[in-house]
Amino acid sequence: MKLITAKEAAEKVLSKEPLFILDVRNQDAFGDWKIEGFHIEHLNVPYFDLIEGVEEIVDKIPKDKDLLVVCAKQGSSEMVAEMLDEAGFEDVLVLQGGMRAWSEYLKPVKIGDLSNGGSIYQFVRVGKGCLSYFIESDGEALIVDSSRSVDSYIGFAKEKNITIKHVVDTHLHADHISGGRLLREKTEAVYHLPPKDAEEVQFAYEPLEEGKDLQVGGATVRVQSIYSPGHTIGSTSLIVDDKYLLTGDTLFVESIGRPDLAGKAGDWADNLRNTLYNTYEQLNDELIVLPAHFSNTSELGDNGAVQAKLGDLFEKNDGLNMDEETFRKAVSENLPPQPNAYQEIRQTNMGKISPEANEQSEMEIGPNRCAIHG
Amino acid sequence: MSIKTDHVLDAKGLACPMPIVKTKKAMKEVMPGQVIEVQATDKGSLADIQAWAKSSGHQYLGSTEEGEVLKHYLRKSGDAEAKEDKNFPHTVQNEEIIQKLDAGEDVVILDVREPAEYTFGHIPGAVSIPLGELEDRMDEISKDKEIYVVCRTGSRSDLASKQMEEKGFKNIKNVVQGMVEWSGPLEKNQ
Repeated sequence: MKLITAKEAAEKVLSKEPLFILDVRNQDAFGDWKIEGFHIEHLNVPYFDLIEGVEEIVDKIPKDKDLLVVCAKQGSSEMVAEMLDEAGFEDVLVLQGGMRAWSEYLKPVKIGDLSNGGSIYQFVRVGKGCLSYFIESDGEALIVDSSRSVDSYIGFAKEKNITIKHVVDTHLHADHISGGRLLREKTEAVYHLPPKDAEEVQFAYEPLEEGKDLQVGGATVRVQSIYSPGHTIGSTSLIVDDKYLLTGDTLFVESIGRPDLAGKAGDWADNLRNTLYNTYEQLNDELIVLPAHFSNTSELGDNGAVQAKLGDLFEKNDGLNMDEETFRKAVSENLPPQPNAYQEIRQTNMGKISPEANEQSEMEIGPNRCAIHG
Repeated sequence: MSIKTDHVLDAKGLACPMPIVKTKKAMKEVMPGQVIEVQATDKGSLADIQAWAKSSGHQYLGSTEEGEVLKHYLRKSGDAEAKEDKNFPHTVQNEEIIQKLDAGEDVVILDVREPAEYTFGHIPGAVSIPLGELEDRMDEISKDKEIYVVCRTGSRSDLASKQMEEKGFKNIKNVVQGMVEWSGPLEKNQ
């Protein structure tokens, strides 16, 4: 039996190696959310059905593939892996820290260079489908839509000898807990939030407003704010270096944002329509869209990053190709279930409640469910 | 809140899978029909104990949270629920009780399930005397009134009705569908 980290597991998944996953969580947890990817085969048998022995499953596990046993936190998968080991399986892998660690792992992928030096990285939260951004130039960095595991960004910055100066949330998140405040505490970065989403927040912040550009690395990189309401009333997109469009949860590669996570779908459907079909329509087609989420591993490109040209999305993304009536229906009827604990997550992001780290990680468990697929 | 149980299992401070491993072991040592309380601090035990109860056929009654400690209540399934050959002849359907409650009639409902089952949901105003204690506590019940005896499925209340008839109760009815199919108002002691 061998422990592998979430990072090593992510490399296996993203490299498209064949992998057999024995998931020993209960069936509800498995049905809700699991490790997904190319060439992955799953078997879900709860650990409590295997306490007496693994005889009933040994025939269902192929011996010619890598075998990874996962559970919620690690303990149960270790128990099962030891039994499989005794039953003659060699090199059984166990996911260190379980699905919790999987949910939190961030993988940095370089998206490209910026015109006056510097570069932009996408931090892919493989297990949860969240994407955040690290924009650096001349020794300074700006982070967009930070995840809660801020040590990943801080470690990355330290390695490159970069100071984190700004952290921006494109909107008040409902699917994950923002690392914004934690980053501000640990790095003294300025925390920027769209004021219309921040009316109820319990802490001081810098308003993120259209017309007020941000600068990274002296004045080498310009970050322009575009008010783009719809997913939330404050949602704001960023144009970085006139080349990249960070859309937050407004526009994804294969889908569009949902306008109902603050309980106001009817009101915000028109805003969302206007943002997607007018505001974005008028932007340069050559902009590279960098969203805050992906839903399927099919959205990951060959380099493991999620990106697309805005012009291509206007051709291919169903959410950008609907007449008004169809659009209104798509964003207000038969919506997918809401993210796990989304109300509590919003409250946490507003600073109204302060759950402990363990609770925060429980709240974030599960898929992000921020998108509507056309 | 304290709920009377037959066995208390302390699984506090233990991480998954130990709370379930220990519960499974403890369940083997109690008699069918008995209730155990499992104390755990692992939050994951809440979903897992329900899933395990479902897969193993035991009855999950409910859970409470006191500070860091979760208390789960489970009742061991077994032969006790098998119907006896000769059922108590006087029975009523759940619906009849609901109608009487709606009409505001003064009815005596005797709930003979375990205290933990009673705690997590019972008919408003029902009196709780578990089947095992009934023989000693029968004088708590008035012989003059009509008494409706209820349990989860109608089996334990069938035994209880027979016991009471032997002791001279005349006006007893067994509620045959029982709480498992109860759709009327519910009260919880929490």
